[in-house]
Amino acid sequence: MKLKDVAQQPHLSLRCGGDHIDRDVTGGYAGDLLSDVIANSKAGDVWLTMQVHMNIVAVAVLKDLAGIILVGGREPAEETLERAKKEKVAILVSDLPAFETSGRLFTLIGGGA
Amino acid sequence: MTMLCRVRADLHVHTCLSPCGDLEMSPRKIAATALARNIRMLAICDHNSAENAPAVIMAAKAGNTTVLPGMEVCSKEEIHVLGIFEELDAAFKLQSIVYDHLPGKNDPDVFGPQVVANEWDEVLGFQEKLLIGASDLPVDRVVDEIHRLGGLAIASHIDRQMFSVISQLGFIPDGLRFDALELTCYIRTDEARHRFERSRQFPLVRNSDAHQLADLGTNTSEYLVERPSLEEIRKALRDEDGRTVIEE
Repeated sequence: MKLKDVAQQPHLSLRCGGDHIDRDVTGGYAGDLLSDVIANSKAGDVWLTMQVHMNIVAVAVLKDLAGIILVGGREPAEETLERAKKEKVAILVSDLPAFETSGRLFTLIGGGA
Repeated sequence: MTMLCRVRADLHVHTCLSPCGDLEMSPRKIAATALARNIRMLAICDHNSAENAPAVIMAAKAGNTTVLPGMEVCSKEEIHVLGIFEELDAAFKLQSIVYDHLPGKNDPDVFGPQVVANEWDEVLGFQEKLLIGASDLPVDRVVDEIHRLGGLAIASHIDRQMFSVISQLGFIPDGLRFDALELTCYIRTDEARHRFERSRQFPLVRNSDAHQLADLGTNTSEYLVERPSLEEIRKALRDEDGRTVIEE
């Protein structure tokens, strides 16, 4: 599955990184503690989080994540968006809360591992 | 020539105002305990509030303990940041900004009572805001406001799994200008330097984060300063004019 297929879900909208959504998504990870995401997410995961601080971009780059999905309608901070554009990381926003977003994406992508 | 002396300071002490703080953390008992344990300097940092700082300052006058007013602000990322000031006025200005950005109402049965006390340990009232909650201020803004008001911004308990800048953001972001990072008693300083790569850019200090009297002054740093004041601590953190944080 490609990130662009994920991005087509009706509850998701793209905020940046439209040129980089051709990459493969192999799983997903949900978490708001960035220390935990650094420790436990896997390359190719889409990452669901509430954190909008620009460090999320660095974590996505560090872990080679497929993209970031901000849940509950949270918008990326301005500097986060700038950094994401520079680092070529796609950020999407989900209108739905974390549980509902996870449920839909789990069905779509499968459980990863 | 300036005479420098060693001052042991505990710059992170809660009172009975914090919902999770023990009721015995009253102004007079805090003052008496600091004196008995030879802690010459305290900063009162309740969650998102400075309302009990005046009472502890007054209560500690007799024992000649310097008490700085402060707060432990919870940012929107749920990072705890200490804002420590020389003057009450500055602490209350920060409090007013935080109160404007702090949603919710406390439920004492769930989180605990938030007792505002005077220097005689009499109850003046109860703070009704949800002090245990997170403000909606981004951490950068919290640090900026503390600096704008002339205070020191210290990242709380960076080795904890919750509410620390490291747990919440993975690492200390570029450009976030903490004056120091705080360690708990659960980690050695050399271990912290090793584990947190970016900690080398900052001074490390120890505070008790006491919520009960037993813990007050149990995890502290010593500072080589001319006198116990915020300006002297600031110099010590910057290694200026011979002032320094004494490494254990």
